[in-house]
Amino acid sequence: MNAPTKTPNASGWKPGTPVEGDNAMGGPDTATGNRALMLEEPLLFEIGHSETTGVDFDFAAKLDLAGVEQPSPPTPAPAGRLGDFERSEPIGLVGLTEPETVRHYTRLSRQNYAIDLGLFPLGSCTMKHNPRLNEKVARMPGFADVHPLQPVDTVRGALEVINELAFWLIHLTGMHGVAMSPKAGAHGELCGILCIRAALEARGDARKVILVPESAHGTNPATAAFAGYEIEDIPANSDGRVDLDALKSRLGPDVAGVMITNPSTLGLFERDLKAISDAVHEAGGFVYCDGANFNAIVGKVRPGDLGVDAMHINLHKTFSTPHGGGGPGSGPVVFSEALSPFAPLPYTSRTKDGVVHLVEEEDADSFSKEHFGGRMRHFGRMTAFHGQMGMFTRALSYILSHGADGLRQVAEDAVLNANYILRSLEDVLDAPFAHSGPCMHEALFSDKGFADGLSTLDLAKGLIDEGYHPMTMYFPLVVHGAMLVEPTETESKAALDQFILALRSVAERAKAGDETLKTAPFYAPRRRLDETQAARKPVLAYKDQSAPAGTPVPSEVGAR
Amino acid sequence: MRYLPLTDTDRSAMLAKIGASDIDALFVDVPEEAQLSGPIEGLPMHASEMAVEKHMRRLSKKNLAAADAAFFLGAGAYKHHVPASVDHIIQRGEFLTAYTPYQPEIAQGTLQMLFEFQTQVARLYGCAVANASMYDGSTACWEAVAMASRIARGKKRKVVLSGALHPHYAEVVRTMAKFTDDEIAGAPPSLTAKPDDDGLIARIDGDTSCVVLQYPDILGRLPDIAKIAEAAHEQGALVIAVNTEPVALGAVKSPGEMGADIVIGEGQSIGVGLQFGGPYLGLFAVRDEKHVRMMPGRLCGETVDAEGKRGFVLTLSTREQHIRREKATSNICTNSGLCALAFSVHMTLLGEKGLRQLAMENHRLACIAADRLAKVPGVEVLNEAFFNEFTVLLDGDARQIVRKLTKQDVLAGVSLGRLFPGNDALANGLLVAVTETTTEEDIEILASALEEVLA
Repeated sequence: MNAPTKTPNASGWKPGTPVEGDNAMGGPDTATGNRALMLEEPLLFEIGHSETTGVDFDFAAKLDLAGVEQPSPPTPAPAGRLGDFERSEPIGLVGLTEPETVRHYTRLSRQNYAIDLGLFPLGSCTMKHNPRLNEKVARMPGFADVHPLQPVDTVRGALEVINELAFWLIHLTGMHGVAMSPKAGAHGELCGILCIRAALEARGDARKVILVPESAHGTNPATAAFAGYEIEDIPANSDGRVDLDALKSRLGPDVAGVMITNPSTLGLFERDLKAISDAVHEAGGFVYCDGANFNAIVGKVRPGDLGVDAMHINLHKTFSTPHGGGGPGSGPVVFSEALSPFAPLPYTSRTKDGVVHLVEEEDADSFSKEHFGGRMRHFGRMTAFHGQMGMFTRALSYILSHGADGLRQVAEDAVLNANYILRSLEDVLDAPFAHSGPCMHEALFSDKGFADGLSTLDLAKGLIDEGYHPMTMYFPLVVHGAMLVEPTETESKAALDQFILALRSVAERAKAGDETLKTAPFYAPRRRLDETQAARKPVLAYKDQSAPAGTPVPSEVGAR
Repeated sequence: MRYLPLTDTDRSAMLAKIGASDIDALFVDVPEEAQLSGPIEGLPMHASEMAVEKHMRRLSKKNLAAADAAFFLGAGAYKHHVPASVDHIIQRGEFLTAYTPYQPEIAQGTLQMLFEFQTQVARLYGCAVANASMYDGSTACWEAVAMASRIARGKKRKVVLSGALHPHYAEVVRTMAKFTDDEIAGAPPSLTAKPDDDGLIARIDGDTSCVVLQYPDILGRLPDIAKIAEAAHEQGALVIAVNTEPVALGAVKSPGEMGADIVIGEGQSIGVGLQFGGPYLGLFAVRDEKHVRMMPGRLCGETVDAEGKRGFVLTLSTREQHIRREKATSNICTNSGLCALAFSVHMTLLGEKGLRQLAMENHRLACIAADRLAKVPGVEVLNEAFFNEFTVLLDGDARQIVRKLTKQDVLAGVSLGRLFPGNDALANGLLVAVTETTTEEDIEILASALEEVLA
């Protein structure tokens, strides 16, 4: 490789040039490393400068034309009050002007796959369309520009939003109460399990074990462990569902509760959930339901009717708040009558006079006495302030848009789409639980029948070349080389048909032993990335602060 | 049903392909008694975009927006100007509607952004490594305490909290500690001009896993992290520094350079906005790389692809729940990715120069405000040092006064009575925050309003 003659940025970074003869696009190499609309982008620290800024701090001048005057210099600072702590060393940040900033991030954005670009079939993640009305609503000044500690009389509308959403969540789930403050699904799980523990402790019943099926999300056992419980497995039957008899025989005075996902991560409805709940209750335990898959049953089935005591709801799944490249989420938890009194602070409550109250540490006891006969005995606080308001406004807009009838249609279309995929592909891909009945919102396949040496990972990377984000891979753990496909209800039949065509083609290549899959993707912004090197020698922050221009970086010299 | 593309013709054709007579046949595994026959009663049916927008706007208008008031609230959430381009970029569908970057070949945009974000946060905090974000400052605070316990391997169980730690943060730590074996040693804040560093040091002993302090603290004062760290390290305890106002670090030394081992904070000030308390942005960093494998949350790292091109991946995931399950360092999965993007874009627009200017502008106006308020009869400024937030003691119950002033569209600050209910010794305290969005006119309005109400 030739040393670069001219470098696009101060540190000398330029994208590595593909090895000769291995250029997947078939054309000649380019001097920039760009390929037309496939644009490379250096790191911020390679193009920014400590003296550059995209923000002006000119002192306030009058902008109205009546009486134009020259800006007057700002009132000079009185003697600084930073004490002995004034910063003397540079921070090490770099800046860009606005045009450079917009371009940097726009170029980066184009290296991402997104729902807006196509079907995003990540099982259990519910990548549905994010309606833009919700973005608009969340930005209304009365929601976006309000401080969480404003006197409550100045935020009645915000409290009403929380209370309205709470009302919907309680009614859609058939439950008794809800904690709105948890920040995401796993935080909601923790909230639910801590409630269970608080309820058990309140009756002087210390229990040690939480039962979790092997097919559960990793957050379930991690949550229960965080809350101080030992984890034991719940066996599954040949259908992939919880084995009721085995579960019953394990229940006893040491079992605090069970964590069950319904519909399960195998995409199946837990037929026996009511019987499970009854058995757990009889043994003095509680039922936690992981509500990650509520999308499949919203408006059709109420978990409260199945004996569930606590369930978190991922607003960023069922209720369409954007995933944002990994967050923020929001994980309100609905509770049965038995657990509601233990829900954390703060909470909102509408009294008979129609006023929505915000109940915090200060008035928790007095409010409980006055309005709940002293039954409310919160277990504490899970987060500063009141939860993910920006997600509440979006989720409420979504819920109001669909209404009770539309949400039912959401569930039906989500389930219909998933079954359509399952039955359109089960002839080419092994569907280990296809015999267990219709799937719910997601279809599960395995790597059985792939040629030797080819894996689920290879298929996934081949799907990238077809223009799709791959499905969830290697989860749930109970299926070898699992592929969990969740199309969601916001896909048209035409979009599903094209996806089926693509997945069928890649699956056939995997079965036929097409070796090119092993090095896929070919057409993505990057070929397969070396995750082993990333973990063995972690580089977690930009370090080459002062490399002189022209110094090759490891990626250019191909250094290991 | 504007969000549902299937037509009835599609639905029939698909049911035929599946071999199901009707949609109910797909819900056959739901026990009959649990199936609802129609839409849930007592809830409205679907509505037009226009109708929903109208409803939400009506609710929105019942709130007093910060921009419509003389505004002085802080206490862990600050009103700063966010450049228009920040909101534009975070609304690009490729960022807004992407998932966690588990398929790095088609998620380099998010990954490179996270790598840049981690670098910005690490440098701001004076640390070696920052993670890809937590939910918010308060949950990051608890995660830091849990991490310190892991490092102490359960041999040290005492967690010393500064009395001047944000009470919500302290409450989150106390709540979580009820369910672990950690013993939380808290204390109420004392209304002194300087933080009681010696008092905090005196509470650290050989059984202490970590000491948690806030910088600037809840009263706006600046504790001497270096002195506290020296004492803590002698006892083998880690120092967790909490920062709720990242703009301050443009003006004051970073917690890392003063010896804090874990630095966590709230990033909301940069790019995110007030949003009634969420979603916010938890920042989490460690001074020494040796602690990286004990950290919670996602980490993005640099690597190369099969052609030797530089690229980024999520890494060291053997710490995380989806691999380690009950042995993970935390149960966290979803983080605050889009808020991290907003932070990173805003920080890029600021750069070193802009952040330092922004910080000095905040400090300048805060000094003007403190001097002006000190002249109001019945107002005493508590702080010796501060950045953009300070405590004043009023001749009267601050909470009542704050409520009274809202009638004139003055949001005077956060009363200590709201933050520390039941602590009568603090009832006259008012926390006043001043940022670049505050004008000298606003300061005058507040001063006059206080003059009137205290007369």
